[in-house]
Parts: sequence; C-alpha cells; structure tokens
Amino acid sequence: MDIAQNISMATPKAWGRVRRSRYLADRALKIICALFTLIGAFVLGWILLMLIVEGISGFSPALFTQTTPGPGTQGGGIANALVGSLILTFLGIIVATPVGVLAGTYLAEYGKGSKLAELIRFLNDILLAAPSILIGLFVYTLMVQPMGSYSGWAGGVALAIIAVPVIVRTTEDMLRLVPGSLREAGAALGAPMSTVIMQVSWRAARAGMVTGVLLATARIAGETAPLLFTALNNNFWFKANLMGGVSNLPVMIYQFALAPYQNWRELAWAGALIITISILALSVVARLIVKKDHVR
Amino acid sequence: MSQIALNTSSAIGSAAAADVDAPIRIAVRNLNFHYGDAIALKNVSLNFHDRQVTALIGPSGCGKSTLLRTFNRIYSLYPEQRADGEILLDGQNVLSPSVDVNELRARVGMVFQKPTPFPMSIYDNIAFGIRLYENLPKSELDGRVEEALKKAALWNEAKDKLRQSGMGLSGGQQQRLCIARTIAQNPEVILLDEPTSALDPISTGKIEELIEHLREEFTIVIVTHNMQQAARISQFTAFMYLGELVEFGPTNKMFMTPTKKQTQDYITGRFG
Repeated sequence: MDIAQNISMATPKAWGRVRRSRYLADRALKIICALFTLIGAFVLGWILLMLIVEGISGFSPALFTQTTPGPGTQGGGIANALVGSLILTFLGIIVATPVGVLAGTYLAEYGKGSKLAELIRFLNDILLAAPSILIGLFVYTLMVQPMGSYSGWAGGVALAIIAVPVIVRTTEDMLRLVPGSLREAGAALGAPMSTVIMQVSWRAARAGMVTGVLLATARIAGETAPLLFTALNNNFWFKANLMGGVSNLPVMIYQFALAPYQNWRELAWAGALIITISILALSVVARLIVKKDHVR
Repeated sequence: MSQIALNTSSAIGSAAAADVDAPIRIAVRNLNFHYGDAIALKNVSLNFHDRQVTALIGPSGCGKSTLLRTFNRIYSLYPEQRADGEILLDGQNVLSPSVDVNELRARVGMVFQKPTPFPMSIYDNIAFGIRLYENLPKSELDGRVEEALKKAALWNEAKDKLRQSGMGLSGGQQQRLCIARTIAQNPEVILLDEPTSALDPISTGKIEELIEHLREEFTIVIVTHNMQQAARISQFTAFMYLGELVEFGPTNKMFMTPTKKQTQDYITGRFG
C-alpha cells in the first residue's frame, strides 16, 4: 500500500516566520566583528613588520659585544643595555614574586570575605592601573634622593612595584580556580591549612601562577617610565655595586631613537626588535604552560 | 508495590547481619547544627557500632551529609557553620575546643562524593597523609603505601605507575586512591559521603566490595542516596528527614519492618 495514501496532515503552520532582517543583522554583526579583528591584527602585524625590516639591518656581532657608542662615534652595540635590562628585570621579578605570590595567597586562602582582604584587593587594582611614571617618581623620592644617586637597586624596586599587582591578581585568580573539595580533602587528612596551601593549592594552581610571573616579567621588561627616574641610562657597563646609572634597553631606545646620529637610531631599532621578540617569546611560553596543564 | 521496593528487598541480606552487641565507637548526643541562622540538625542522638557499616539515608536536604561532616569537624572550615551537643569518640567529646582538630581528622578519615586526588603522583597522594604524622624511613614508607593500595584494591592497577599523576586514573580508580589515602593513616572511623554517586556501575560495585572488606578493620559511616546500596552494604541504617533522626536500627529490620510510616514511605519510594 502506498504510504502517501490515507494520511491526514495536521493543520499546517506557515513556514518563513523568521524575518529576513534577522539574518541580515546576523551577517552584519559577523562582518563588523571580523573587520575590527582584522584592523587590530593588521596594526600589530604592521608594527612587527616595521620592527623586523628596520631592526634586522642593525644586527651584527658588534650589537651583542660592544657597548653603546658615545655621541659622534661610529658603530657600537647594545651589550651593556641588554645585560643591564636583564639585571633590572631579574631584580624586579625576584623582589616582586614572593610579595605577589604571598599576598595573592592571603587574598584567596586566608582573607576570604574579610574587610581587610577587600581593601587590599581594591588597592591592588588601583596599583595595577597606576601610571608607571608615578611609580618612577615615587621610587625617586624613596630611594634615589636619600641615596644621592641613581642606581640599579632603585630601578629594580620600581619595576617590582609594577610587577607586584600583576602577580597578586593572577595568583589570587588561579588559586580561586582550585576546587574547594581539594582543600577539604587535604583538611580531612588532618593537614594544617599551611600544608594544604603549600602542597595542594599551590601545586594545583602552579601552571597559572608561573604564567602570571612570566607575564609580569614580560610587562616590566619593556617598562621605560619607571626607569627614567631610577636606573636612568648611560653608555657604560654597570658598576658591580649597581650604583649610578644602569644602562637598559627601554631607556636606551627612548634616547637613541630621538638622536641625530644614524648609528644610534639603527641601534634603537635593533634594541626594539630584541625586546619585542623577548616579550613575545615569554608570552608564548606562558601560553604553552597553561595549555599543557589543561591537557593533563 | 513499587519496583524500587522490590529491588531493595532483594538486596537485603547480601551484607553481613548487624552485630547489635558490637561496642559503640561513636555516640552522638543531642546534636544541633546551624548554617548561619538556618537549623540543619535538630537534637540528633544515635550510636555507631564498632566495625559495622552504618548508612545514613533520607531525601536531599535532610541533614545526612551535615551529620557526617560533624564527626571530623570538617564543617569548621566555614566560620558560619556551628554544632552543639556531644559527639563522643573513645570517651572524648570531639566538638570540644580542646580536641586537636588535625589529630581528630587523622583518626576519622573522610572520602568525598567527587574523587579528590591531589595534583601529585599516586605514591605522593598516599604518602601525603602518612608524612603529616609520622617520620618514616623511605623503605617503611614504601611498605605503608603498598599496604594501603592493597587494602583499597588498587595495587594491581597502580603498582607500575606509582610515580605517575593521580589525576590520570579513571574516576573509580581515583576514588579508590582516595580511600587508600585515608586508610594509610590507620584511622578508626571512615566517613564516606556518597562515594559512588559520581561513578559507573562497575566502579560502584568495586567500591561496595571494598567497603565490605574494610568493615573488618574500620567503623564505617556512609551517606547514600541509593537505597539498594544501603541495603546491600550496611549493617545499620539511620533514616533522617528535615534535620531529625526518624528511625535507626539494623538494616534488615529497617527495610523489612520499619516502625515509622515516614521510613516505610521513603524506602518504598513514595516520596524523596
């Protein structure tokens, strides 16, 4: 028997009730979003391309072996600025990591719901958004004036103040992602809170916390303003006691890029390329760590 | 009669019979519990017999998990929660502030609904609890870890990957790892808070079998939503409703001839 026979269809409801304008609005939003994403990516790509084109010509062995040249001299490199930047960034992150990790741990683990924690979190957010030039001036009055000299120490402290709120925030956020059931399980074995935090919470949040520190490193590696009043810059190797100006990449770029000497401008481009690649590499490593942790 | 009731009665008797003369390990007296202003337990009193499995059953929100969480004072992690009354363990009221809460938790172990392996190796998961209270040489620690894994029926599956992360195990294996971690501390009491509700039937079967063995050594209190499970593995059952203990007795009797109508209605699936 033919299946099409002897059937009675239910009263039909009209098709095509979704208005055509909705499809248009849908398409339009998609196109606008894609367009602005492209604009952002284009600008970023342009900056990178320009850096590579202009910076690569300044690359030579001398770049990594010679110190920055004085006015009117030929050639030169940025070895002193590279090493100086490494020292300042290292100092900053060494000071900032324990402070940031412990403060973030307080906020996430001990200070839950307390007024003090709320206040600290609020102040931390302000510090996170503080103009970095202010932090440079603050450290200038705090350290440079009393000590009577610019110094690498002052530069390190200024960078640390920039890094601390970043580390506090990521540490707290990552610890909050650790399920409460894991803490209960630790406590249920009779572990004191400190043991649970150090052996369970920190371990569970490890990847995210390391990422936070790496991102803070990337952030301070490119900071210029806080160093203008603290570590300053010069054309020589740092002194063993880190007193006096300490040459560094960001301030070197700032000074050399505006100079009337061709070789200075080339060095500034090369320095900018190196700093950008370093920060990019740090960010990529940070992302890989997070990704690996999620797979596990 | 409903299907549930038929299934439940067929499960009765598969566990060992209740030993009503077994000494009492935990005695709860006039226990009240508050979450902030809300009362969660009202004047609960009951006894838990040594080396017997006692199941706490009742509809959601009846207070069975709350009761379980008072025995090791895990609730005290949350400042707004408080308990008053007495819970006597070996003659000591564990709610008294003079009791060291960490020592209490080493004596009264707990396994949770969702498996909670720590983000460390299988070996370290188990050594974690032992290291808290004992400073053992490596060889002895190895022995204790092996013993705990064997008691938790996980040794054969885990012995070749002791150094691998505990998070890599299946859900059922993770739960047995958590049980191993608890028994490695040689507790007197083991609290199980719906330990199989996140597991598949085969894993559930393994855990139930394990509980049957562990009873020979430990006093076990288990919260379960599954009445067949209560009937299968427990010697005693306590039925709770709206924060009160409605009825308590040997599991056989509770399921065959409950004295309260509420109990009867709940175990035959008429509400809950």
